[in-house]
Amino acid sequence: MATRLQFENNCEIGVFSKLTNAYCLVAIGGSENFYSTFESELADHIPVVKTSIAGSRIVGRLCAGNKKGLLLPHTTTDQELQHLRNSLPDGVVVQRIEERLSALGNCIACNDHVALTHTDLDRETEDLIADVLGVEVFRQTIAGNILVGSYCTFSNRGGLVHPHTSIEDLDELSTLLQVPLVAGTVNRGSEVIAAGIVVNDWTAFCGSDTTATELSVIESVFKLREAQPTAIVDEMRKSLIDTYV
Amino acid sequence: MAEDNGMFNVQQTIGSVLCCKCGIPMAPNSANMCVKCLRSEVDITEGLQKHVIIMWCPECEKYLQPPRTWIRAQLESTELLTFCVKRLRLNKFKVKLAHAEFIWTEPHSRRIKVKLTVRKEVLNGVVLEQFYIVEYVQTDHMCESCSRVQANPDQWVAAVQLRQHVSHRRTFFYLEQLILKHDAAIRAIKIKQMDEGIDFFFANRSHALKFVEFVGKVVPIKSRNDKQLVSHDPKNNTYNYKYTFSVEICPICREDLICLPPKVANSLGNLGPLVLCVKVSNSVVLLDPFTLRNDFIDADKYWRVPFKPLLSCKQLVEYIVLDVELLGYELNVAGLRYALADVQVARVSDFGKNDKMTTVRTHLGRLLNSGDYALGYDLYGANSNDIEIDRYKNLVLPDVILVKKSYEEKRQKTRGKPRPWKLKSMNMELDSSSRKLDEEKNTREYEEFIKDLEENPELRFNISLYHNEEYQPSEMAPVTDGEELPSVPLKELLADLDISDEEDGGESMRE
Repeated sequence: MATRLQFENNCEIGVFSKLTNAYCLVAIGGSENFYSTFESELADHIPVVKTSIAGSRIVGRLCAGNKKGLLLPHTTTDQELQHLRNSLPDGVVVQRIEERLSALGNCIACNDHVALTHTDLDRETEDLIADVLGVEVFRQTIAGNILVGSYCTFSNRGGLVHPHTSIEDLDELSTLLQVPLVAGTVNRGSEVIAAGIVVNDWTAFCGSDTTATELSVIESVFKLREAQPTAIVDEMRKSLIDTYV
Repeated sequence: MAEDNGMFNVQQTIGSVLCCKCGIPMAPNSANMCVKCLRSEVDITEGLQKHVIIMWCPECEKYLQPPRTWIRAQLESTELLTFCVKRLRLNKFKVKLAHAEFIWTEPHSRRIKVKLTVRKEVLNGVVLEQFYIVEYVQTDHMCESCSRVQANPDQWVAAVQLRQHVSHRRTFFYLEQLILKHDAAIRAIKIKQMDEGIDFFFANRSHALKFVEFVGKVVPIKSRNDKQLVSHDPKNNTYNYKYTFSVEICPICREDLICLPPKVANSLGNLGPLVLCVKVSNSVVLLDPFTLRNDFIDADKYWRVPFKPLLSCKQLVEYIVLDVELLGYELNVAGLRYALADVQVARVSDFGKNDKMTTVRTHLGRLLNSGDYALGYDLYGANSNDIEIDRYKNLVLPDVILVKKSYEEKRQKTRGKPRPWKLKSMNMELDSSSRKLDEEKNTREYEEFIKDLEENPELRFNISLYHNEEYQPSEMAPVTDGEELPSVPLKELLADLDISDEEDGGESMRE
């Protein structure tokens, strides 16, 4: 299920949090509300880590990651890096990268298998992304916008992209990503998708302005209704049964 | 998008997204909301005036354009729509007007309804269009000039007293036509015909000033002005004056014979001293009939050394031309050609009674043929008591000075018949206080003036002649005996515009 929440009266929650299948990063806020919403939803399954990156709270826009790794910009301090390494599960590789475009969250959109990146990223960065996150990297644009990390969000089960994306682009992207995509909005018509929503394979958090219509689109495209943390197992079982039958 | 740069371009099909409020599929826009939801979300007419009270003067039927301009507009006219829309101050609310139209209302209802369509940018760049109706309520409020007229219709602030000290009114007949043509006295409250002149009354000093300026452009004048304090308010430091402009027109008229004072003659290079005035505009054009020398004197120069005519058009005597001998010298002065000639003439009154003949030099060589009649000044018989003429010791006066050709004989036929053209006349009151104006004299002088116009195309040039509808051309073929009577060509005439509410149409055009 998708949860609606706010960060200090701000609906752009994707700016202040990062959610993957293996961990969740949240910004250090003035009140505990934001953190505790994540905590209540996720604490049983994955660690929720309060952190800052480069001293700022916009953690969601500065880092990129999936269940296998986390990429941090070169502005991240050593303390923050150490804190994250200590807090995240052992399997997650935390890597600080020397990339001129330091808002990695805006430049990289990824799930556990594929990443879309800004067209101007360094070749070394591209290699690092492929190594650390264990993904295939595609340089792409979304509806003419080069900040792919801002204008789309996708999990292993589905994705939401900028509302102006043409049907041809949608087809191409979903072929690349191998997940169903839909053009849509969050936060009552906002087209900056990634700023309004954070999502993993079984849950989503979106800004409190998000309307019921948008929420239903989100839930259906990310397949959150039937999703459970163990959904992968269920699916596996289903396929097993399939093969039996 | 589809730039032809020789590269392969993928076709872009705009998909549809769900409206974020109601969930219907729609083309994506920048608010990502369907039009209906957007309308329900924002009302762009919010805060805009929907009821406006407008001031309307019931006397002159004008609308008040704040702060103090009054404009005239017909119901359902473009002017009224502009006025109505201006009152709303749409710019203040950052809305743009897309369309405006009247909704018909009963004129007695004193309500004007306007349907306006406005556009405004809402929610990150989406432009919304919406219509609404504004009701204007007309309330009666008399404008300043009307209330002043209501209080006392004769209230004038400035008077222009136009005077010419001569025995005839020819100048004023001409001036009247010029004023009519240029609408110079349109703002006059009252026009009064006085002895030796006309009085014009204005509600505003600047109107009078403008009028005096106009007169100064068409005739040589001298003017002075005075003011009389009517009332004053020491607290507001405001003063109410009545202004009077005394304007004197130079007494020299066309066809006058002048004996120039020695000073003037010298300054004009020993012109004359006996000269004829051939044209009066803002300067006086003088012509020496014996040598065809000519010069002009402007108002400034004239009033420095003013002089009077020796003889004027009343003293013209008719002569018959017996013989013309051209001297071969021609000249163009003020649009007319003159040729020097020696002419043998006899007075019409003497003709056949005695053998008195005179040979005289004249400038009318081109016009005169033997047997013609001409008008001239009889200096031989005249009893002049001009001081100027006495100053010239050795001046030999000629017996006769011919001034113009006379068409009197030829006119006998057409006498009393209407002309194919007419002139407009100014609405003038007669002054009852001064001595009674001679009606008969007036008509005669007016007839003279009209004849002058017929004979002199240069004079007609500045004034408007109108088609006379009463005139019917005679069936008889005109008997052409050599030379025709000078008349006005039909193409010079204007059709008289006759609209019932002429006052309205005329004024709105001028404003």
